[in-house]
Amino acid sequence: MYVAVKGGEKAIDNAHRLMAAERRGDPAVPDLTLDQIAGQLGLAVDRVMTEGSVHDRELAALAIKQAQGDLVEAIFLLRAYRTTLARFGASEPLDTAAMAIRRRISSAFKDLPGGQVLGPTYDYTHRLLDFALVEGGEPEAPAVSDCPVDERMPRVANVLGQQGLIEGNPPASGAPPDDLTRQPLALPAGRDLRLQNLARGDEGFLLALAYSAQRGYGNTHPFAGEIRMGTVAVEFAPEELGFAVEIGEITVTECQMINQFRGSREMPPQFTRGYGLAFGKTERKAMAMALVDRSLRAGDLGEEAANPAQDEEFVLMHSDNVEASGFVQHLKLPHYVDFQSELELIRRLRAAPQERNAPDREAAE
Amino acid sequence: MSTVQGYNFAYLDEQTKRMIRRAILKAVAIPGYQVPFGSREMPLPYGWGTGGIQVTAAVLGPSDTLKVIDQGADDTTNAVSIRRFFARTAGVATTERTVEATLIQTRHRIPETPLREGQILIYQVPIPEPLRWLEPRETETRKMHALADYGAMHVKLYEDVARFGRIATTYDYPVLVQGRYLMRPSPIPKFDNPKMHMNPALQLFGAGREKRIYAVPPYTEVKSLDFEDHPFAVQRWDQACALCGGADSFLDEVVTDDRGGRMYVCSDTDHCAARQEIREAAE
Repeated sequence: MYVAVKGGEKAIDNAHRLMAAERRGDPAVPDLTLDQIAGQLGLAVDRVMTEGSVHDRELAALAIKQAQGDLVEAIFLLRAYRTTLARFGASEPLDTAAMAIRRRISSAFKDLPGGQVLGPTYDYTHRLLDFALVEGGEPEAPAVSDCPVDERMPRVANVLGQQGLIEGNPPASGAPPDDLTRQPLALPAGRDLRLQNLARGDEGFLLALAYSAQRGYGNTHPFAGEIRMGTVAVEFAPEELGFAVEIGEITVTECQMINQFRGSREMPPQFTRGYGLAFGKTERKAMAMALVDRSLRAGDLGEEAANPAQDEEFVLMHSDNVEASGFVQHLKLPHYVDFQSELELIRRLRAAPQERNAPDREAAE
Repeated sequence: MSTVQGYNFAYLDEQTKRMIRRAILKAVAIPGYQVPFGSREMPLPYGWGTGGIQVTAAVLGPSDTLKVIDQGADDTTNAVSIRRFFARTAGVATTERTVEATLIQTRHRIPETPLREGQILIYQVPIPEPLRWLEPRETETRKMHALADYGAMHVKLYEDVARFGRIATTYDYPVLVQGRYLMRPSPIPKFDNPKMHMNPALQLFGAGREKRIYAVPPYTEVKSLDFEDHPFAVQRWDQACALCGGADSFLDEVVTDDRGGRMYVCSDTDHCAARQEIREAAE
């Protein structure tokens, strides 16, 4: 006789064994090393570190290997590891004005102090499959300029700020920043939590939202004021020391979007900012983040907030791909009981015409 | 089974457990109220019981005996996975018998066997907010709870009556706890709703992705919403369980062939097995 599925434990074990074998693939082909992933799939590593909220190339590479290149799964693996780590404290704010620049462009000014530095980019490549890569082979050595890039490159927003044409940065509150991985998100959220949420948010989701705001679902008129990528020092002030020490350098991409603002009763017309920051070379993410950040400020700036990208609750509650992926895929879990309840209801409703002749049968039960 | 190296007892660190216990205490003090808590990222996916797992981890002790069910059954894949998680990370005893368990983590059912004082029933909750389908905004629904403004839910149930001649909610059926907070019982069938009322066991609800914990303390009034002329009623089947012969439990429908063949079996596997034993012993 057929009895409801038994033996889940063995089935799960075997499913995992099968998956491990699939992950490894053809044993005649050499196993991928973490160095290869971190070195040659670096942009994937950058994305996993950014959305996984852990700056560790080796762990991110391991997660990508374990997840067979499924980046959302890799992000989940890294997050689940991160959650077990002790918190020592918060670093000092990164000084991105002191960044060792590898790339810096502004679409707002033709030239500016420090100049435009293209750096490593796929922009302007013609997207033609390069069949030379099939065989491997070494690329040309990078060209080296005679004049190194300027050590201090003023940020474009600061250049505008000198004339008061762009809003200033809000003053630092001195309070430690909130952390939505420790505290539940309360709404309305402060900008620190919004930016944390966006930095961890799914790149595809933010990209689509940013795009929607550009296409008219939102009222952003953005300019890429500045995009810069390079290494910055991370400083931490241990309590027992009392002053900050450098604990390492990381590569980040920063984007400052400049947006029109017509002014309000309190503020004269001026440019406003949208801010994006992400680990590694993650320009698409940083730009999308900056656009969405500005869109989410609609309420604060007294603009009408009628579109999805401007709706704080909508954006913040749906940006996380680990949450979204889990909940969408939980539909794979058994729902026999709920479904049975619905079946029973549908059958009753279909039988209802006869039942109506005998009113209140259910009520009498 | 040996426990996993490098992790604390029951996976979560003690600070996190304390934070969750504080949320649980608040939830017990305000029955039915959804307490926000700093839900952690767990090594299992959101929507697969992360809230229930965190609550279980926070209240689990080395001497506890844990039972995990999904759809009433101990052997469904996700129940197996969660039971193993605690067997590996906490090394606690596990059981499939409701009477032997001190902690029962459940998804979508309340066991048929009546619970007793001292037991804790922990529900996995996907969406904790009972008003969510009526009002998608958390900022609004929190206000509605603060004002006990539950008219929208009554209107929704009334619209069911007007349209279908009955209330057409069959699971996750809204309840009022201690006459104050509207509560979502998680997607248990309404068949199980009456078991929540004046239950001697402590009932805890954990929603990990939504970061909420709520509770029904022992011997608390839990009332399923209804109308005087359309009183609350539970599902009934014309059949009995094909395995144990029971006619008073929640039955799952099993399709046996492609010619319309069906059989009905208890969704609560422990309850069914116990009754089969009694029946065999009598024969």
